[in-house]
Amino acid sequence: MPSLAGLFFWMNRKTEDINKIIVKKPLKLDCGKTINNFPLAYETYGKLNANKDNAILVFHALTGDQFVTGTNPITNKEGWWVTAVGPGKAIDTDKYFVICANVIGGCMGSLGPKDINPENNQPYGLDFPVITIKDMVKAQESLLEHLGIKKLLCATGGSMGGMQLLQFCATFPDKAFSAIPIACSSSHSAQNIALNELARQAIMADPVWDNGKYVSKDVQPKNGLAVARMVGHISYLSEKGMQEKFGRKLQEKADYEFSFNADFQVESYLRHQGYAFVERFDANSILYITRAMDYFDLSKQYRGGLVEAFKNQNTKFLVISFSSDWLYTTKENKDIVIALNASGADVSYSEIVTDKGHDSFLLNEPEFLKTLKGFIDSMYEKFKNEKRI
Amino acid sequence: MKKEFKVIAELLPNNTRVLDVGCGDGSLMNLLREEKNIEVRGLELNQENVQLCINKGLPVIQGNAETELHQFPDQSFDYVVLSQTLQAFYNPEEVLKNLLRIGKAVIVSIPNFGYWKVRIKLLFFGEMPVTKTLPNTWYNTPNLHMCTIKDLFKFCDEKNINIKQVIGVNEDKTSFIKKSNLEIKNLFSKLGIFLIG
Repeated sequence: MPSLAGLFFWMNRKTEDINKIIVKKPLKLDCGKTINNFPLAYETYGKLNANKDNAILVFHALTGDQFVTGTNPITNKEGWWVTAVGPGKAIDTDKYFVICANVIGGCMGSLGPKDINPENNQPYGLDFPVITIKDMVKAQESLLEHLGIKKLLCATGGSMGGMQLLQFCATFPDKAFSAIPIACSSSHSAQNIALNELARQAIMADPVWDNGKYVSKDVQPKNGLAVARMVGHISYLSEKGMQEKFGRKLQEKADYEFSFNADFQVESYLRHQGYAFVERFDANSILYITRAMDYFDLSKQYRGGLVEAFKNQNTKFLVISFSSDWLYTTKENKDIVIALNASGADVSYSEIVTDKGHDSFLLNEPEFLKTLKGFIDSMYEKFKNEKRI
Repeated sequence: MKKEFKVIAELLPNNTRVLDVGCGDGSLMNLLREEKNIEVRGLELNQENVQLCINKGLPVIQGNAETELHQFPDQSFDYVVLSQTLQAFYNPEEVLKNLLRIGKAVIVSIPNFGYWKVRIKLLFFGEMPVTKTLPNTWYNTPNLHMCTIKDLFKFCDEKNINIKQVIGVNEDKTSFIKKSNLEIKNLFSKLGIFLIG
């Protein structure tokens, strides 16, 4: 196994080769600081047609990146939404031009806490400004400008991707013809903040973290980060789904070992997920991105509440939730629908019945994928007609 | 296309905003959108139907009209349509109140339990009627509160709900129903379509 420092070097070197733009326009962050000349990494799939009316922007979730489908060149694993995006898939890249950018604060090429702070030539660490969902979205708008796309056929995203999408629609009401927020919320609940705090505390309790200064030492607080990831993984499954998948099954052994090794399959699964994650994600990025999620509260931004946030929407919405998702519940998703309805927006809603929990949007859930496809294809027909008129 | 939907479409003016409660596969919404340029919205419980509506590009919210009408603001639609489902609610009175709150006017259609074939089935055979409009048997019917055209007339009177128009439907024939011809029309209409509010 390569040393972690070596691995980090390798990751950094490879991220040099990925697509990015340098955003020159100064971006005033919600925290008051301004960033400019910063990198924004992105990936595209399919071809933008001559009318530029087939573009779909995908916002990624907490631990996602711009590599939506195909093979992620950094991890050599499948893209995170390979179930939904690709040739012939629900979001058909033979037909549509799919764009996804790495969020700022992330670690896949966009400006993030592991980058060098020009003020002291040291990695930012905790000197990186605290960013918000709105900051992430504003940065991505620059990418659309760069690609010459005035209006997207559709914008979509699940989980934090859905939160970015809601923000995007509120901040730029004319940029998307249609929008599909999936398994998300218009403000982070106490439970979600608590789970994020658990993840952050796990990282911060790892002595290697050293107040975020580990980056300059080419190490990673992998024990803390792995625990943070395990917390996440529990919250992405449902009680029933977990019971069915693992039950009390033992991991390649006939009986208990009477030790603290991973006796149960569920333990082994969590450990595997946790330690696989540290090889591709920066611990400080988790701190920053979870913070952005916790600060997200669309109704707080618009004093009149959520209805006010969606005022004057011409975007056609489809909100999707999953019945067994306890992280971003059906109730929270329905609240978005109610607000959109109250504001007079064109909104559809579907609750997909499944045992697979929050993770469902990343999995092969036929009803979900059919709904996604049906909506996007019908929106494309409408958008083309509208443009023709 | 069902005769009922044609009648409902004729009742609705062009370019209005209409909520179709229990919109099924979206047939009525599609008709209203295509032929009358009506801005339609649907509410539908069944997942498969929701998907069919979405495929047609029709805005539909998956949900239960019994419990989820509160999400629609007061007077937010010109018309609310409820086709042949009033009798299936636990509390039809409450649902009707909500529809009148949401819409400036409401169109409700009911399968008429006063139709002569239905009466004969019960009177002479002593069995719960099974007809084309009421295809289920007593143990699997979703209909909890069957009523006649006359019943709904009386209900509106008692609750001070303004009846603007009532149309009786029997196969392809339609007729206006007034208090003066109520007894006879209640016997010969399979379906009653009420415009109220």
